Amino acid sequence: MNMDCRAAPTTTGPRTFLIRPAEKPTTMSATAKPIANTRSATGIPTARLITWWVIASEIVIFGGLLSAYLMHRLGHPEWALSADHTNTWAGAFNTFVLLTSSLAAVLAHKAADALDGPRAAKLLRLTVLGGFVFLMVKAFEWTTDIREGFVLSSGGFWSYYYVLTGLHGLHVLAGMVIMLIIAADAAKNQELQRVECIGLYWHFVDIVWIFLFPLLYIAR
Amino acid sequence: MSTAVQHAEPGFFRKYCWSTDHKIIAMQYLFTGMAMALIGGYLAYVFRMQLGFPNHNVPGFGIVTPGRYNAVVTMHGTIMIFWVAMPVLIAAFGNYLIPLMIGCDDMAFPRINRLSYQVFLLSAIVLLLSFLVKGGAFGGAWTAYPPLSASGAYNLTPLGATLWLVAVALEFVAFLLGGINFTVTVMNSRAPGMKMFDIPIVIWMIVLATVIFMASAGPLIAGAVMLLFDQTMATGFYDPTRGGDPLLWQHLFWFFGHPEVYVVLLPAMGIVAEILAVFARKKLFGYKSMLFSTWAVGILSFVVWAHHQFVAGIDPRMANVFTVTTLLISIPVAELVFLYIATLYGGSIRLDTPMLWALGFLAEFMIGGVTGIFLGSSGTDIYLHDTYFLIAHFHYTFVPIAIISVFAGITFWFPKMFGRMMNETLGKIHFWGTVIPFNVIFIPLFMTGLAGDQRRIYSYAQFAEQSRPALQHLRTLSTVGLLVMLSFQLVFLFNFFWSLRKGKRAEANPWRSTTLEWTVPSPPPHGNFAVLPTVYRGPYEYGLPGRADDYWPQNVPD
Repeated sequence: MNMDCRAAPTTTGPRTFLIRPAEKPTTMSATAKPIANTRSATGIPTARLITWWVIASEIVIFGGLLSAYLMHRLGHPEWALSADHTNTWAGAFNTFVLLTSSLAAVLAHKAADALDGPRAAKLLRLTVLGGFVFLMVKAFEWTTDIREGFVLSSGGFWSYYYVLTGLHGLHVLAGMVIMLIIAADAAKNQELQRVECIGLYWHFVDIVWIFLFPLLYIAR
Repeated sequence: MSTAVQHAEPGFFRKYCWSTDHKIIAMQYLFTGMAMALIGGYLAYVFRMQLGFPNHNVPGFGIVTPGRYNAVVTMHGTIMIFWVAMPVLIAAFGNYLIPLMIGCDDMAFPRINRLSYQVFLLSAIVLLLSFLVKGGAFGGAWTAYPPLSASGAYNLTPLGATLWLVAVALEFVAFLLGGINFTVTVMNSRAPGMKMFDIPIVIWMIVLATVIFMASAGPLIAGAVMLLFDQTMATGFYDPTRGGDPLLWQHLFWFFGHPEVYVVLLPAMGIVAEILAVFARKKLFGYKSMLFSTWAVGILSFVVWAHHQFVAGIDPRMANVFTVTTLLISIPVAELVFLYIATLYGGSIRLDTPMLWALGFLAEFMIGGVTGIFLGSSGTDIYLHDTYFLIAHFHYTFVPIAIISVFAGITFWFPKMFGRMMNETLGKIHFWGTVIPFNVIFIPLFMTGLAGDQRRIYSYAQFAEQSRPALQHLRTLSTVGLLVMLSFQLVFLFNFFWSLRKGKRAEANPWRSTTLEWTVPSPPPHGNFAVLPTVYRGPYEYGLPGRADDYWPQNVPD
């Protein structure tokens, strides 16, 4: 992951305090950015900083859920029988799709750094396509499971399976929607710093899946 | 996205209901919190009347049936913690103070800030509407332990239970949005020259509180979704007959719930610290020690949660570990209190109303802290846990936090917020009329608790030991204390609204304080600063020999 301090055009700033001779606050306008948004006392661009905090707060949500699942899984060896029904090949294919889409997100960040907004937009839309394929495969899996009679209330494993993959799926969906909005701006070379941020988020969604896949599909 | 800049003065709706200005959002949180506090106080009145004068008609409510008693107690706890303490202490004071005290024009993300309040308002509406659904509001206690909370057949409030969960989850979303914004703003948007140790302690405390909240709320959000599914979609996450575990909820709840104590405590301690320094005209004693103690509190707060579960059947060896961590956390908290007392030592103390509240906080909170030692030790906790001793202890920590420090903060920053001074005489009447009855309410409850009064009991008539007149007199005394305390709040409401319109005009810096919010006019204009300030020194330069003034504001070069 690109961790150095190259910032996209609108948040360019030195690592030190941004000192302007006479910073004057903007008057009444809901859309103009406040000075508070443009400062960077830490040297980290504000957009990237808030993305990391969002990810941190998400980590504890998934962390709590996953630890609850793990504790119960260890206490219930018989859940392995239920886990046998998950489609490992579909899961593996989805892992591949999601990781590949993350590559597109990285390339979009690179294009945004090079101030090539239209290319960044194109690559972001490619990432969205990856997310779409992922969700389609997921829908196919869920449909098969439900047809075979395994629903949310079919027992401990299935409850956790649907809640974990469902919550993750919602994050994929949300990422896709936000990415399309950002791509529309990026195509016009606006708000390019957001390309990196949505990329960070997408990698996070990826990493969550890296935990879910072995724990729900492979572990017997 | 429209880029047109709007120069016209916005209408009432846009100015007060759709504003992105941090000061307006702070006011929205403050007034919503105050309205919820009135509801929470009313609920306390209802169940205390039932306990003080059992089975009598409660004026303004009617006969309290056992089911309604459960709902009223549950909603009192829920409202006071999630819809009063959180929005007022963190959201209202945080929103108001952060941009002003760190010297910038607004939050880093004003529209996220607006969204935060809107989600919060929605959560409050959902919670209040739950009073009106079939079966009434949730009656399974504010901790919502399954299986009681998981099944409508047990709690008898199936719709209320679900709405309660939805409201709490929405409220958490609101505070995650707001909290992330707070943290990023303080990290990145400080005035030039304001280094890490130049940040006023109240801002540090609010930010640390939001970080603790962010790190602890996640598991409970996940747990709330699971409980929601248990209620509505027949899953068995917390049902032992189907492979689940009711203790899981207790772990998820208290992994959030105990840090939450410090989430509300830290902003309160911060407010008190600011006031102590200003009214003792003395530099805050041990700024860095205070900060490091606070960090220690924050870290330790994540390893004490199971002391709420000593009687829930956890492994006694684990109980030992949590006893040790719980007693450990009292060390940095005691350190904070010592530093506050050391700040007072040798100061030239002025006893204005905010200072009275700040001193009241210290005195009352210490009683709460000391009685906590008994509950943190697993041996004594097993006897005391489900008694009124615990309730009295809890309120000796929580009333100083959510009520006393809030009054300290409101009386201190009122001139800045509204441009007028509050009435001092009425303020002092309100102070004594609140603090004395507060002790009259809860000291008897320590005694009834030690005598074995179980909490969450609708009527003690069926308990031979507990229905003795001696104990009933204590309960009645406690109720009378509450009635007196509630009636003195009218003095505050009158003072607040009267001073809003008729109070003496406040100058920019009526308390002669050093921090940046006092350098702008009262109330501050949109955008706060005409020219954004530069910071030259720490926030507590008081009582300096060799200078004309006894205080040296942060933004004055020489």
